[in-house]
Amino acid sequence: MPTFVYMTRCDGCGHCVDICPSDIMHIDKTYRRALNIEPNMCWECYSCVKACPQNAIDARGYSDFAPLGHSVRVLREEEKGTISWKLKFRNGTEKNFVSPIRTTPWDSIKSPSDYDAPSQEALKTQELAHEPEALNIEALPVLSVDKRKEGAS
Amino acid sequence: MGLFSKRKTIFVDSDILVIGGGMAGCGATYESRYWGRDLNIVCVEKANIERSGAVAQGLYAINCYMGMQWDENQPEDHVRYARNDLMGLVREDLGYDIARHVDSCVHKFEEWGLPMMRDPETGRYQREGKWQIMIHGESYKPIVAEAARKAATEVYNRIMVTHLLMDKTKANRVAGAVGFNVRTGDFYVFRAKAVIVCAGGASHIFKPRAVGEGMGRTWYAPWSSASAYALPILAGAKMTQMENRIVLTRFKDGYGPVGAYFLHLKTYTENAYGKEYESTWYENTKSLVGDYVDRHPVPTCLRNHAFLEEVKAGRGPIRMVTKEAFQDPHKETVGWENFLGMTIGQAVVWASQNIDPKYTNPELTTSEPYVMGSHATCSGAWASGPEDIAPDDYQWGYNRMMTVDGLFGAGDTIGGSAHKFSSGSFTEGRLAAKAAVNYIKDLGGDSPEVSEQEYEDLKKTVFKPLENYAVGRNEIVAGTVSPSYLLPMHGLQRLEKLMDEYVGGISANYITNEPLLTRGLDLLEMLKEDIEYLGAEDLHQLQRAWELHHRVLASECVAHHTLFRKETRWPGYYYRGDHPKLDDEDWHCLTLSSRDRESGDWAMEKAPMHNIID
Repeated sequence: MPTFVYMTRCDGCGHCVDICPSDIMHIDKTYRRALNIEPNMCWECYSCVKACPQNAIDARGYSDFAPLGHSVRVLREEEKGTISWKLKFRNGTEKNFVSPIRTTPWDSIKSPSDYDAPSQEALKTQELAHEPEALNIEALPVLSVDKRKEGAS
Repeated sequence: MGLFSKRKTIFVDSDILVIGGGMAGCGATYESRYWGRDLNIVCVEKANIERSGAVAQGLYAINCYMGMQWDENQPEDHVRYARNDLMGLVREDLGYDIARHVDSCVHKFEEWGLPMMRDPETGRYQREGKWQIMIHGESYKPIVAEAARKAATEVYNRIMVTHLLMDKTKANRVAGAVGFNVRTGDFYVFRAKAVIVCAGGASHIFKPRAVGEGMGRTWYAPWSSASAYALPILAGAKMTQMENRIVLTRFKDGYGPVGAYFLHLKTYTENAYGKEYESTWYENTKSLVGDYVDRHPVPTCLRNHAFLEEVKAGRGPIRMVTKEAFQDPHKETVGWENFLGMTIGQAVVWASQNIDPKYTNPELTTSEPYVMGSHATCSGAWASGPEDIAPDDYQWGYNRMMTVDGLFGAGDTIGGSAHKFSSGSFTEGRLAAKAAVNYIKDLGGDSPEVSEQEYEDLKKTVFKPLENYAVGRNEIVAGTVSPSYLLPMHGLQRLEKLMDEYVGGISANYITNEPLLTRGLDLLEMLKEDIEYLGAEDLHQLQRAWELHHRVLASECVAHHTLFRKETRWPGYYYRGDHPKLDDEDWHCLTLSSRDRESGDWAMEKAPMHNIID
């Protein structure tokens, strides 16, 4: 369903322009507010809807197969770590869902530079960063020559 | 030449340049920093890495997780699974390599804050199926992007990379890339010692079922514009299995995923008259592919085949029987959240059409074909395998390095490693990055150098569609019809139509043959000539113009591969009408193509299929 923007809610902040993976949310030069310039390249990913601080963006199902009268609204709350959905069917049926989005504080991931620097010998092994510990098994699996079916050198 | 003289050129120097900040690119960026503490690591992305790539809207499952810590699966098992699903043809060395590392990536995702569902009884990750685990993955991409941002020297968002740059002195060595900023219009020259292509596969090369507003609701993201293939092809890298396009059986119109429905909710399909139909087509399928039909699980393409035959026999639509499962409120919630977590559009379709799966069994359909390297398919670049296990035929240097020196890849870019999905693509990015760090250390002082002539010529080429439009628009009163230029959408629709009709799309029932392919290649040749005259009104359209260039080049490669393989290896994905059966005697092999950088001529060859796992 391509997205559209409510005139009275959008303040032209541009968060949607900044986030849209398809580069289709632009600022209208006359109205200084956002619009979807290419609805047929919209994946309905809702990135813009989720990013809008004014809840000014909604979606209307693709005209070529979605009858009118439905809505799928979303509220993504980073501080609470949740996303809430409200679905309304054409016939009025409503459904609500809430899911967690993250279990740790935002911006809490460590840079790989914050870990001890690996040795030069480790660079020549098959192990990736944090292995074997992060595998939760004793050692990285290897396929020894005798276990290989063919093509071994 | 005012158009060019005003344009700024910005130079960015790096040791490792990661092109594309999706799952693979974020993995590559993270791992580059871990091993290359003192290196300059740059990630360049067409959109914004917070929400870019195929995982932009989230995922509800991680489809590649071994569970080695609980002895659920071993890497060998995953190789057998992927090989079986792809009708015997995969790069087992690459697949094994991903499978043995993927668990450590998933464990990091959880540590970083990705909410994993757990089995209340065992405490293990909640399994959806043998390989899939269930997550609350709305923020999967922002979380992974945060890790990449922390690792990168710099992330450049909103830069569309159009071409790779080659070394001035060593003809087969990469030296960087060029592109343009879709906001400012600045021209970027990235100079790098190693380049890791982590761009997206190809949607919109075949005509989609919806051609109105809904054409954006393709199964794969509309921004996956085949840069994964076009960039390496232009640099002369060999490609593999590009004929192995994928067709998806999905919920109708929204292309909502069926994995959780089949595996976790235990729903099943039936024809319009409430009958099971797959067994009806058992003998038919066996006559085409022999014993492959008896393998477990039944390969994805063969299940598609039964679906297609049943519909052709007049007993469609095929429906998913959901009414039973959805009586359980927990399953109903999973069914809906599954869409909201990764394919919101399907929820919209059902809400709009009053389809409540508790009371209605929803229709399924088969999608238009896609070319990509990370799902139940394995198109992509021909890459060197891991040093410790790759057979000699698959090993010529660093892990995940293509046939061009210093050019690495991961995710959709690398061919042969099917069923990697999001976690495996991230893993492959990490593998490529560690190898790239090794490559750079071994280079010593022998750094590549870009040629000023090359990037200045490319600058003219890159911005030409703006010039074409600026000049040509004065010829006509107004509107979209010009005798001097084509708009990117015009070119895209011509590409989709010809690929559909000549190379095995939906309107041809996925069938093609040598005469059709030959004609299709003729028409592609004319399209290639015409897209030199694309007109771009603004920078957004310039991005669309270069996406189209990449799609056309990838399509040409797909057509050559499809012509080369004279058998029908994957009925249900596509059919060679002139060679309707699987032919293990002649075609139990991988296909390779290379495009000559000067002449543009294609050469095809076979590569042996080695089984390293029994």
